[in-house]
Amino acid sequence: MHPMKRFLALVLLALASIASPAFAQGLDVGLVVGNDSALHIAVVPMEYQGSSAKPDTNVADVIRADLNRSGQFQSLADKDIVQHPQSGSDMNYATWRQLHQDYVLVGRVLDSNDGGYRVEFELFDVAKQQRLLGLAMKGRPQAMRDVAHQIADQVYEKILGVRGAFWTRIAYVTSTGLGANKKYSLMVADSDGVNPQSVVHSSEALLSPAWSPDGNKLAYTSFERGNSSIYIQDLTTGQREVVAAFKGINDASAFSPDGKRLAMSLSKSGNPEIYVMDLASRQLTQVTNHYSIDTEPRWTPDGNLMFTSDRGGKPQIYQVGPNGGEPTRVSFQGQYNASATVSYDGRKVAMAQGNGNVYRIALLDRSSGGSGRWQMLSPGNLDESPSFAPNASMVLYATKEGSRGVLYAVSADGRVRQRLVLADGDVREPAWSPYRQR
Amino acid sequence: MKTNKTVLLVAATCLALAACSKKNVRDDTAGHGTTGTSSDTTTTTRPIGNSTGGRFTPSDLETNECLRQRVVYFDFDQDTLKPEFQAVVACHAKYLMDRPEARMTLEGNADERGSRQYNIALGERRGNAVMAAVRGSGGPASQMTVISYGEERPTCTESNEDCWGKNRRVEIVYSAK
Repeated sequence: MHPMKRFLALVLLALASIASPAFAQGLDVGLVVGNDSALHIAVVPMEYQGSSAKPDTNVADVIRADLNRSGQFQSLADKDIVQHPQSGSDMNYATWRQLHQDYVLVGRVLDSNDGGYRVEFELFDVAKQQRLLGLAMKGRPQAMRDVAHQIADQVYEKILGVRGAFWTRIAYVTSTGLGANKKYSLMVADSDGVNPQSVVHSSEALLSPAWSPDGNKLAYTSFERGNSSIYIQDLTTGQREVVAAFKGINDASAFSPDGKRLAMSLSKSGNPEIYVMDLASRQLTQVTNHYSIDTEPRWTPDGNLMFTSDRGGKPQIYQVGPNGGEPTRVSFQGQYNASATVSYDGRKVAMAQGNGNVYRIALLDRSSGGSGRWQMLSPGNLDESPSFAPNASMVLYATKEGSRGVLYAVSADGRVRQRLVLADGDVREPAWSPYRQR
Repeated sequence: MKTNKTVLLVAATCLALAACSKKNVRDDTAGHGTTGTSSDTTTTTRPIGNSTGGRFTPSDLETNECLRQRVVYFDFDQDTLKPEFQAVVACHAKYLMDRPEARMTLEGNADERGSRQYNIALGERRGNAVMAAVRGSGGPASQMTVISYGEERPTCTESNEDCWGKNRRVEIVYSAK
């Protein structure tokens, strides 16, 4: 592009981002890669049938975007929805069969008696001509996106038998400005990138956000004290405390599945080792003891730890018990493997894999035993920091486009990818939350 | 590693004698970023101390050709000090010895590739490597601190080898001169 045109384009982009409301700071582009084998579902627009103001949220649109993003579904475009049934009695199966739809979701939005809304919805199996679900869900006017995500979760679970993870959140770090004006923010947003909220700001680097299993706290690393320190912050009260500020590196923390312990990498002994801190007593247990770099501990569901170590020369993923012992190597493909994320059932491990100058997200499926089966999930050159959704259906990761960091969500089969871009700044270090408490 | 030790010994001996010539001092404006292309064309024969051959003073940090060099560059995923930086390490070691009140922070950095967390560890290793070399040249450990920023403080933000080379560095920062 001509430099001047490029400059103008950047200015226009900047203006556009100023003009757009915070609401638009979500997933900003359509599907990058499609999935031919996805299930077809028609999400019929859900009419407002109440007597006050219609909700700001288009519930059907949010559900449709959720289901599409999962890679498991392909929803019928609005313009192809020729009939608009609002409930089961209006269903004409023949129409949907002709449109090659496997499922139809219909619903309507009503006023609830407490000043909010009530969405009644029904899910139909077109081939079986059967109603699969008939439920109602209430929400405050400003929480209608939450309601929509929860309906998408219900649909996902009913059809696939796996709990949906749309009503979850993501944490990530943004950096804006240059030089002395650089500002880092730890953010939390809905799983689709909408409703970004700032958790903490700093003029120094923030990184390594990690969710507590109840989703109420974030542990993270901040350089605000000069050196790296690990903080835990309560997301409801905003209160935070330093849990590790030893000499050297304090980084890469991870809450244990029971939330009582925090694994971390500390270099207080002279080089980075894995430790586990009992959060009640603040007692540390040293897990690794090796002159190599040991960092990025991640808990497996059965309470062991995976971590990154270059004890074999280059960084690779290893596994060890929470009290130490001899680590065993997990990753046997790729010159460089780091930043493991473990699926809820422990069967899959995604990681940043480097071969030459190319860094991509690789998935190791260990369910069939042996050293496992590998699949590449991402196509970039600088892809890093993978984080599994709590149902392991998708992986969130960071990459660079131009000189700007962006996040992508990719389905765990690698077939559907979607980009999440914030209106300004550089985005990195994504961490997908656990399930929210219903 | 054996070679490095030898170089260190030689450097230390030079310092003890405080009179031998200094090689491999390079003009910082040449940019040490690109790896494998270091042609030491700027070899000089000036003494390691200041122009009067005595103790370093804070003003030498701005004027002395060797002390003005405060960035040490590394190869990808490496923390081995390259021979061309031994002279820089040696004059900063002498500065610390001459100025017991001086305090030095060695800020370790890495390029953007791979894990940010691993890169913080890598930056620390590089900082430790420079600290060990300064100590090897007689600089007291008590005057030095290592801090790693990993890939969080790039000086160059493009994704190419030239930029990466500039970011894989340890910066020598005097918190007290």
